[in-house]
This record gives sequence, structure tokens and C-alpha cells, in this order.
Amino acid sequence: MRNIIDIINESVQRAADMQYGRDGLNIIVATNRGASIAAAEEVASGYGRGDTMPLAGVPIAVKDNIATLDMPTTCASRILAGYISPYEATAITRLRKGGAVVVAKTNMDEFAMGSSTETSAYGPTRNPVDPERAPGGSSGGSAAAVAAGIVNIALGSETGGSVRQPAAFCGVVGVKPTYGRVSRFGLVAFGSSLDQIGVCAKSVREAELATYLMSGLDPLDATSADVAVPPMRDAAQSDKPASLKGVTVGLPAEYFPDSLDPEVRARCDGAVEAMRALGATIVNVSLPHTALAIPVYYIIAPAEASSNLARFDGVRYGPRAANAADLRTMYDATRSKGFGAEVQRRILLGTYVLSHGYYDAYYRKAQAVRELISRDFTSVFGSGVDLLFTPTTPTPAFKLGAVTDPYEMYMSDIFTVTANLAGIPAISLPIGRVRGLPVGGQLLAKHFDEPRMFLAAEALESALGQGAHQ
Amino acid sequence: MPVSETDVRKIADLARLSLADTDLPAITEQMNNILAHMDVLTRVDTGSMEAGDAATESGMRVRDDRVAPIPMNTTAPLLAPDSRDGFILVPRLATHEGI
Amino acid sequence: MTDWSKKYEMVVGLEVHVQLKTRSKAFCACSADFGAPPNVNTCPVCLALPGALPVLNAEAVLLAVRAAIALGFSVNLKSVFARKNYFYPDLPKGYQISQYDQPLAVQGTLHARIPGETATRAIAITRLHMEEDAGKSVHDRYPHMTAIDLNRAGVPLVEIVSEPDMRSAAEAGAYLRTLKQILEYADVSDVSMEEGSLRVDANVSARLHGESKLGTKTEVKNVNSFSAVERSLQSEFERQCEMLDRGENILQQTMIWDASSGTVRPARSKEESQDYRYFPEPDLPALILKPAFVKKVESDLPELPQKMRERFRSEFGIADAELDAVTADPRIAAYFEGVARAHGDGGHAARWVMGEVAAALNESATRIQDFPIRAPQLAELLDMIRDGKLSHTAAKAVFANMRSTGKTAPVIAAELSVTQVGDDSQLEQWIDEVLAELPAEAARFRGGEKKLTGVLVGAVMKKSKGRADPKKVNALLGKYSS
Repeated sequence: MRNIIDIINESVQRAADMQYGRDGLNIIVATNRGASIAAAEEVASGYGRGDTMPLAGVPIAVKDNIATLDMPTTCASRILAGYISPYEATAITRLRKGGAVVVAKTNMDEFAMGSSTETSAYGPTRNPVDPERAPGGSSGGSAAAVAAGIVNIALGSETGGSVRQPAAFCGVVGVKPTYGRVSRFGLVAFGSSLDQIGVCAKSVREAELATYLMSGLDPLDATSADVAVPPMRDAAQSDKPASLKGVTVGLPAEYFPDSLDPEVRARCDGAVEAMRALGATIVNVSLPHTALAIPVYYIIAPAEASSNLARFDGVRYGPRAANAADLRTMYDATRSKGFGAEVQRRILLGTYVLSHGYYDAYYRKAQAVRELISRDFTSVFGSGVDLLFTPTTPTPAFKLGAVTDPYEMYMSDIFTVTANLAGIPAISLPIGRVRGLPVGGQLLAKHFDEPRMFLAAEALESALGQGAHQ
Repeated sequence: MPVSETDVRKIADLARLSLADTDLPAITEQMNNILAHMDVLTRVDTGSMEAGDAATESGMRVRDDRVAPIPMNTTAPLLAPDSRDGFILVPRLATHEGI
Repeated sequence: MTDWSKKYEMVVGLEVHVQLKTRSKAFCACSADFGAPPNVNTCPVCLALPGALPVLNAEAVLLAVRAAIALGFSVNLKSVFARKNYFYPDLPKGYQISQYDQPLAVQGTLHARIPGETATRAIAITRLHMEEDAGKSVHDRYPHMTAIDLNRAGVPLVEIVSEPDMRSAAEAGAYLRTLKQILEYADVSDVSMEEGSLRVDANVSARLHGESKLGTKTEVKNVNSFSAVERSLQSEFERQCEMLDRGENILQQTMIWDASSGTVRPARSKEESQDYRYFPEPDLPALILKPAFVKKVESDLPELPQKMRERFRSEFGIADAELDAVTADPRIAAYFEGVARAHGDGGHAARWVMGEVAAALNESATRIQDFPIRAPQLAELLDMIRDGKLSHTAAKAVFANMRSTGKTAPVIAAELSVTQVGDDSQLEQWIDEVLAELPAEAARFRGGEKKLTGVLVGAVMKKSKGRADPKKVNALLGKYSS
């Protein structure tokens, strides 16, 4: 199987060429040629023995917040500079078993806190479609790695849309599985009740394959679900898209506000027509609590983050501020120097909403409203709707540096956070371009209904054909 | 519910972040801008609802009481920035100096 | 010294941390053993490496539920873990996984036995919740540095919080001793204060007798024995009374017990007030117990001391003092029961178990489970004493020999030729010989000088090399006297 080794070698070369921003895009933060070639050789010999490997020799890139043994895992933060995890994430172990070879770690917003990959300690990633623009975030490096052709599959992570939003901005497919579908063991926690490893990919099929390979109960994650992994679908028999007869797709009014960019709306209309043409029944629905999702999200996620990031204290790993006279000085200096501005902002916000006297008004209230948002979905899906279709983002990729107000940046997650709050699966796929920039359309499904979601996404992808990229 | 600079200082203290005095006004203003958007939640009627009630019906899975630590490919204390005789070392709490 | 208790009333509430006896830690599969070199029993989870997640130990749940039932708690079928957030270098995650507003069990009662009193005192226990232990900080090993050992980090604990229901140091001591005894019987913990598997924080306040409002309390820490708890409470109570009497206000603070001086001193003040920012642990769904599980734990519960005491009282007819002694420790109680059952005379068994056996255990620092003389063998020895086959002195010698050789009582008695002779013809032959050898005493005795009985019995004992049954010799001699 010289072939596999060649493929990996070329992929590592592409990644290494782009490392440290040498390509000007700043997509890749780490490579390890020796380890990747060794892994490729192992895959080649396993494949030779007849092991089942759906991704035999397929190079993958991995977001820098997922623990890997042979490359650093730094969450694009100075506080983890040089940190190499002594254990590997369950998702990575499973992909390796399936034949995938990790060739690079990708850039991201620091600790996944951001929507543009601009908060990275490595500096921002540029969008391969238009280097003046942000690739989205926080998994901007992973979406860009696929868009730039370094790999066809890259792992990202979602807390509020961090895979789907950059996938939309870079014109690739982005998947967030059902909460609990993929083990979080080895994913550096941001908002534990929202976090889920996801996939950026060139095609729906590749995204599906990678998602299912990572899926399934993990005894090391008490929140991973004991739900059977769906069988891999056979490769399509023809180029003709699958029928969507019998599938009801809902269009939630709240995701198509009057203020929506008319051209984004037009691309969505095109996608809806394509689904209708494939036999889908299209209905208008309402998710009345949608507008509350951003405030809810920006209470719950920072609250959990403020606690999750307490472990970065300079005691057991990572760099420690030198010459501190006492413990308190060491803590403060290590954390203030180690975390960037956005991370510190969210830690402060999260600490505040959990603090004495404010917990009920903020955190408890936000959890209750989160339940209302979840029930919106439950009732729509309970009324005979199989899937929901929405734009992934209100606008195409914005220019780097264009969004300076934190809350305005938070609003770019407005159509994606709801799936994280409700724990349901979602996929974003390219549905065309506006002023040369990719536009993403999003399909949301009920808990653990990834099979229907992937089927419809692939049908839509196939129906739109090259139109999705024009 | 706006926060004051004193509040922000106290929160930073709890979070072990040291804020420069010069940054404090800007950070306080940013936090208040963000928190202002959260106030909409206070007007939502949520009754006695608590989150996740339905999701937790089955409860959590537990593990058997077996000694089988997750393997690590380096010995743990080596990760620590400072260690001796197997102990992880940190500067002492100011209140413990002089013991 | 002023007896403040005439004027002021002491009010005590206790928080007790108990380490559960599991093989592995609460949330990871590291060994929970005590005594390994520093940081050896650690893994990504208890080191709080980025990306690691907790998974709860089933045995910890079982032991916590068992402890709760043994203490008369009502067990919540749904309980929720929460994060208690604070920074400390021996707290790797920067938060402790504990339980907060939905604990495992609520509303327990403990019937504390106060020494010297027959009635017990019912003390309300507010809650029992599960949590994980922190690591160990060693401040005095290296200059200017604190050394951290995380072997203990993540070991499962239950925290048992009482109501402020105790009114004296003695009551607090009684509460703790009874609590320890119940947990020992329930077999959930080693409950050793010395090894740190039981830790006590005491909240104490003082108020005028008749006052219904609670006074400002202080928390007394760093106590490592029950008697130290009692002494520290008394000392802190007196300090508070003196202040109150001078019209001063009590400051709510933590006091450190200094065992060497027998006084309390204020802990160095914390750098800032604590705000633990509790919130439900998102990495762990709620703990849901099935009613059948709780029922099974209840039905499998070992017999508890109070019940065992009553059973021993009716079954073996032994007195309060002896009941206290034999039921103090569950293993001693089981041993006693084995001896009493096989031998039949509970009082006799109790005297031996609390006498010779306890002394032997103490002297050789042996635990009852390692004691070479097992219950049936001790019963056999007691049978021989009852049947007149061994004198008390001989029995002690046989007991000592059994300890060192592991042989049975009859074998040793035969080897040492100490089996008591109670056979009349043999005894009469020895008496005849003695009377012949001591003609003067014999004559006086026959003449009615009863006080010579002792001398003659002694002579017979000597002739028999200690084997003659002195009671019988005594009785037989009566026939020779007029």
C-alpha cells in the first residue's frame, strides 16, 4: 500500500507548507511528519491484513482543542503553549481504528471562544475563498483546511455553532452531531453541556462517514449516549439525488427575518425549491423562543467555561509565570498572561453569573429559558416535521477585523446556537454564493436522527451540484 | 443589573485574573454592554421550570469499582513546571510563609 | 476557672467527612489506596488534564446509600452533583465535585449513647452528600514551596452534617463515637481519624441559657481525635463565654486547635471571602436510584450496634457495661457472639473477651480478625473452665500457650498436665497423704480448727501440682473435721 503512504506524505507536505502562516492563511498550527508516516504505515499493514477501515489512509486534520498524542494540543492559547497530551481523545482513537491518519492540528479561536478565529494566540486564520475575510470560528482552521484542499475531512468542535458557521463561511460541509452521540473525552471542555465534536468535510458523505466512525457509547464520558450507531449507507448507485418523498421540511419563521440579507434569502429559496423538487413537503413553522437563544447561550457557556478553565492554573502542566513570590501571585500572573482578552472576558462573565446573589437571575433563569427553546423544537418535531431548514448564518463571511463589538460577534451565532442549546443534530452545506462568498444552508433534525439529516443533506448537495459553489 | 468597577475587580479576584487599573473601565463597560442584552430573560415567564428534567430521567451511568487507570504515555509529574521527589511544587500561600 | 456552663449554653453542630472504602477513586479508575509514593495514583482525570471527564464509581454510590440508611436518612432517588469552585493547588480541577441543593440523603437521626447514661440522645442530621477528596498540600517540606501530592485527590467521601443539636462537648463526643460505630458496623469506611478517613469540623457558639436565638458560631478545625474535639470545643466555648461576658462580639471565623497547648487560635484570615459559585456538574447527569436498589441495600444492611445490643441482652442476658464493651467494635462483637454461642454462658464469654482477649490484642497490637485463637477454640477453653477441668490460673496458662502455638485447649492442657482433677477418690487419696504428712495440723483440724482448711487445701494443691479442684478439696475436707 505505497499509495496510502504517498497520500499521507503529500497531505502532510501541504499542511507543513502552510504551517506558521507560510501560506499566508495561517490554517495549520502543528504537524508531525514522522508520526503521520508511521501511522500511515500501520494503516497500510492493517489494511493489508484485511481490517475493516472505512477511512483507510485518509488524511484528517484536527482542531487544536482535541487531545492527540503526537502533536501538541494547545487550544490556540498561550496557557497551553507546548502542551502535549499524554492520552488521546476517544474520537481520535476511533478514527485511527477506521484507518484515518492525523496530519495536522488546525488553528482556532482561543479555547473555541470566538466566531472568526481571530482570538487565536497564533494569530487569525484567513478564509481561503477570500483572504481578506474571516474563515468563521471557532473551528476556522478546520473549515479552511478543507476549503484549501489540505484535507477532505477535518475535526472541529461546536459549542454554539463553531463547526457550522465556519463551514458556511468557507463553503464546506459542517456537522454537529446530537449531544452525546460522540464522546467528549479528550475534547478540551468549553461549555460542557453544549460541547460536541463535529466534522468539516468536502462532502456530506465524507462528513457522515467520519461522524459515524467517532460515534457510540464511551465509558469514559458519562454524557455519551447509549444509542446504536447508524449503519454506514452504501455509496450512491447513481449521480441522481435520493428522493425526499415523505420528508417534511419546516421553515422556521424566526430564521428568515425581514432583516435577512436578500441574497442569502434567495440562495435559501433555491435550496428549498430543490428539496421540494425532490419530493419534500415544505411547511412554515415557528420556534417562538429563538430570539432568546443568544442571551441564554452567553450565560450558560461562559458560566461553564469559567469553571472548566479553572484547571489552567500553572500548577500541574503548561507554562507558569516565573518568579512569583507566593501562590496567589503565581495564579494571577499565569492566568492573566496565559489567557487572551476574549477568554478573560468570558471567564469574568461566567464567574459573575454564577456568583452569590446573581445565580438565580442569570444562570438558573437561562437554564429554564433553555428548556423553553428545547421545547420549541420538541413541539415542531412532534407535529410531523422531520427536518428544519434555515440559513446557517445571517451573512456571508465578514472581513477580518470588521467586527469589534463582542456582542455583535456573538450575534453571528444566532442561527446555530439553538441546536447546541437543544442538543439536536445539525448540518450546514454550501447552497450557493453571494458576491463570490459561500452561503451555507442548515438542516436540523430531532435527537439522534442523523440518518435522515444526512440523507436529505446529500440529496440537496447532489441536486444543487456545482450550483452550490457558484 | 449593571456591574461596577468594584464588582468587576471582585469577580476578577475570584477568577484569579489580575486586571490592570487602566483596563478596568473598558472591561466594566464591555461587561455591562453584554449584560444589558441578558436582561430580556428576566421578562420571560418560565414558571417553575428547571432545565434538563426530562433528559435526566434515566440518570447517569456508573462504572465498576476496578483499578484500571487510563494509561498515559509520560509520567504525570513530568508535565508539571516544577516538581521534586515526585511532588508537584508551587509557591507557598502568603499566609503559610513563616511556618 | 469559671464554670461558664451555669450561665451559658454551648451549641454544637458537626460536619463529618468520611472516606468510603472503595478500591478505586470516585470519578476515575485510579487506586484509592493510602500510602503510595507521591502522585503515583493519578491519571488524566484526577490530574485534571485538559479534556478528561469524570465517571462515577458504582461502589461509592452503594456505600454512600448504605451509610445513609444506617443513619436513618431518607434517601433521595434523584440527587445531583454540583461543582464547588475555588482555587487551591491540591484541588486539580479548580472545583470539587460535590452535591449541593439536591444531596443523596436528608433528615437522618442519630441516637447518641452518652457514657454512663442509659437513655440515648436523638440528634438530628441534616444531610448526607457524596463528594470527592482533595489532594494533600505539604507546606513544611521545602523552603518557600508547597509540595502537592494528588494521590488522595478524587477519593470518594460522604459529608454528614448535623443540626446544631448538641449542648456539650460530651454530647459532641458521644455523637462522634456513635457515628463512627454505626459506620463501622455498616462497613462503609475505615473511620480512622488518625489515617484521615474520618475528619471533623465543629461549629460552636454560646448563648445565655433560655435564649432561643443562636449565637455567632466559629468553626474549629485541625482536630485529630474525638477527645481533641471535646477539648477544643470546651476551650473555644470558654473563649466565647469570656468575650460575651465582657460584652464583646464573637467574630465568625475559623479557629485552629493546637493540641500541644490545648488552646484554639484564629486561622490566618483568608485573602478574600469565599464564593463557591455552585452549579450543577454538567459532566454528570443526575444520579437516579431505583427504589429496588435502595430496598436491597436496606435489606442487605449488616446488623447495627443498637439492634445487636438488644439482641445480645435478650439472648445472652448480659449487663449494660458488658454490652457496651462487646458491641463497641463490630468485629469484636462478632467474635464475642461466636464464643458466647458455642460456650453458652454469655457473661463468662464477655468477661474473657473483654479481659484476656482484649489485653492480648492490646499487648500484641493485633486486630481481632488476625487473632490466632478463633471463637470456637476460646469457647472450648471456657467449657473446660466451667466443667472444672481447668483452674482459672491453669486456664490463663493454657490461653497464653494457645496464642503462641495455635493448638487447642484440651491438647495444651494435656501437654502441660494442668487438667484439673475433680475425681473424689484421687482427691481423697491426696488428702489422706497430706493429713499423714502433717500430723500436728491434721490433729488440730480434726479437733475443729476450721481455719486450717486453707493450709490443707494449699498443701493438697501443691501435692497435686495445682491440678486438684480447690472447691472440691475444700468440700471433701469437711468430712474430716468434726
